[in-house]
Amino acid sequence: MAKTGATVEVTVGLSSCGIAAGAADVFSAFQREFKEKGVDARLRRTGCVGMCYREPIVDVVTSGGAKYTYGELTADRVGRVVEEHVVGGKPVDEWLVRAEGRELPDETYYDQQVRLVLRNAGVIDPESIDEYIDAGGYEALTKVIKEMSPDDVIEELKASGLRGRGGAGFPTGIKWDLAKKAPGEMKYVIVNADEGDPGAFMDRSILEGDPHSVLEGLAIAAYTIGAQEGYFYVRAEYPLAIKRLRIAIEDATERGFVGENILGSGFSFKVHIKEGAGAFVCGEETALIASIEGQRGMPRLRPPYPAVKGLWAKPTNNNNVETYANIPWIISNGAAAYAAYGTESSKGTKVFALAGKITRGGLVEVPMGLTIRQVIDEVGGGVPEGRSFKAVQLGGPSGGCVPVEFMDIPIDYESITKTGAIMGSGGMVVMDDSTCMVDIARFFLHFTQDESCGKCTFCRVGTKRMLEILERITAGEGREGDIELLEELGEKIISSSLCGLGQSAPNPVLTTIKYFRDEYEAHINEKRCPALSCKALITYDIDPDKCIGCTVCAKKCPVGAITGERKEAHTIDQDLCTKCDACRQACKFDAVTVR
Amino acid sequence: MENMVAQDERMAEYLEVADEVAAKYAGRRGSVIPVLQQVQERVGYLPPEVMKRIGERLGVPPAQIFGVASFYAQFRMAPVGKYVVKVCHGTACHVQGAGAITDALCDELGVADGATTEDGKFTVESVACLGCCSLAPVIMIEDNTYGRLTPDEARKIVREYGD
Ligand SMILES: Cc1cc2nc3c(=O)[nH]c(=O)nc-3n(C[C@H](O)[C@H](O)[C@H](O)COP(=O)(O)O)c2cc1C
Ligand code: FES
Repeated sequence: MAKTGATVEVTVGLSSCGIAAGAADVFSAFQREFKEKGVDARLRRTGCVGMCYREPIVDVVTSGGAKYTYGELTADRVGRVVEEHVVGGKPVDEWLVRAEGRELPDETYYDQQVRLVLRNAGVIDPESIDEYIDAGGYEALTKVIKEMSPDDVIEELKASGLRGRGGAGFPTGIKWDLAKKAPGEMKYVIVNADEGDPGAFMDRSILEGDPHSVLEGLAIAAYTIGAQEGYFYVRAEYPLAIKRLRIAIEDATERGFVGENILGSGFSFKVHIKEGAGAFVCGEETALIASIEGQRGMPRLRPPYPAVKGLWAKPTNNNNVETYANIPWIISNGAAAYAAYGTESSKGTKVFALAGKITRGGLVEVPMGLTIRQVIDEVGGGVPEGRSFKAVQLGGPSGGCVPVEFMDIPIDYESITKTGAIMGSGGMVVMDDSTCMVDIARFFLHFTQDESCGKCTFCRVGTKRMLEILERITAGEGREGDIELLEELGEKIISSSLCGLGQSAPNPVLTTIKYFRDEYEAHINEKRCPALSCKALITYDIDPDKCIGCTVCAKKCPVGAITGERKEAHTIDQDLCTKCDACRQACKFDAVTVR
Repeated sequence: MENMVAQDERMAEYLEVADEVAAKYAGRRGSVIPVLQQVQERVGYLPPEVMKRIGERLGVPPAQIFGVASFYAQFRMAPVGKYVVKVCHGTACHVQGAGAITDALCDELGVADGATTEDGKFTVESVACLGCCSLAPVIMIEDNTYGRLTPDEARKIVREYGD
């Protein structure tokens, strides 16, 4: 927010990731300091600016309007920032991560980013409708209601090239058109905020950082297709997102942006929140609808598509959180401005959640068409020093692992699909040479096998058989022919499952076999895990030349497997060792070896 | 004998909660899941008697209530500890060593993954993703999330809750 008054403004990033890193304590510390010292400064709250690797993050905006960003600003550091910077006017240089006019390393984090969806995240107070409105919020809804017909909106969306951000990339304008044309008095709109990909947090951050943008997009959808009611289907694991969404709906209702007779137009629209109950398959739209109806979340065959027969058998439009958050921007700025970003087939921007073995893990938004390498290396800072990049997992349990050979492909729906992975909803989990690809395949199969709703035999039993084979391989009991068996089962599951869960569940296995077959073979034929990660295939030893007998490892070992006299080389009892890695981490002399 | 009286009393209380929550939703469509969620939030789990009562109050066959409750991972059929330690095993946490965190916590508390300590204080549970992936590995106790953990730090955190 631009500063107008004369006081200094301190803004603390209070999103789930910030709070996990201690931001709530930081906020109270500022409150306390201001009160105790009688400091005349304004304390604000905001969502996630995306630099999760720097949490807790605090912005200090001086009375002159200059903005300084502090990273890893824990509560114990607050006193000094208040004294020296807020009161004294002199920034605490060593904790600064961004500041106008200075060349700090984190500046490059934003160089490639274009923040349309995340336009307000980390800027405004997500619990203040006034700040949203000041930032141009609800202008798009007003414009749509006052100046545009539903068909105008649909034409605008079609021209923008926006495609669904929930994974499949279906063109949003066409989807809305289908729901609008579907005959029926009663219609519904749904926000899919189930965010099932275990390793992704785009939707959480958007809802926590800028809930009104999604609500505004939803209201525009309701007006366009002619819906009277809307549902947010939110993962139960996201309590803060739900809380902020509740506040947003209440405030927007009070101001007349949702509810009865919106902006005096005669159009009324009511919004509900439904909390998910922990089933991954409920992210699939027909299962999600069954879940809102209070049933077991089982997918059903499409067609009929929800656009024709959805919630309570009425025409229903369902989109992802990020898809909706794009809408107000497109309406306000025009389809052409949106389509100016991206590639021929994939327009606009995409939000990615960077995590795993990456230096700058966080939430980023980049124009489509950037290469995977640019996102991982230039934005994310690459894998941490001393390690080498192996693969990036895109699309979660439905996606695949993209190896280093494909790092230079552009981010667009078609190019990513060609690798065997999918764009997915935006999770990017980076893996380095210490990550075992067979274990990753096992991890995802464990997940999908657990989450299969059981309706289709191939999905239910097939994933179980695949998991058993993968467990066997990682346990050092792989047999010849296992790889071929996995491939065969995978193809059968894909072709004979009803919903996207089964149709994509084998992808993580098939892509790792495709690109990392040698790792599978090492496990099966040589009983060796090249990444030194599978416990059954590695041994811990102590190098007698390096061990000085400090006894630290013996004290750390939770199972008492390490013995030795003080000042003499220690040894590990292989029968007792659980390979927990505690000794290796504790040893200051690199004496613990893993083979 | 006294024990059984206490148990009956507790169940009577649970049933009252079920009545109260169901009354709020009477006549509303799609209310099974929110009612189960709110009852579990207050009771801690869903005993069969309570699910039966919810069915009666909502006019839904008990079989359907059991069917829904058993489908969703959130619903528990057995009581849990005072503190549920949710250990994230999402993709990011997995590659950043979530396995070692679960091992350390189970060792510290002397329970298996998914089980409750004898004193009823802690339940260790594996969950899919807590949405704080860039702070992996992550655990959550009540509404508090802890990130960038080492096995030792995870031990320390549960010790603090234990005191
Ligand atoms: C197993 C499965 C899980 C899914 N999970 C999600 C999810 O968590 N969030 C989401 O938006 N879409 C998810 N989808 C896709 C939805 O079915 C649907 O395509 C999407 O919400 C449409 O929105 P969009 O057009 O805006 O992308 C999932 C699909 C499948 C098959
Ligand atoms: S993977 Fe653990 S918080 Fe997302």
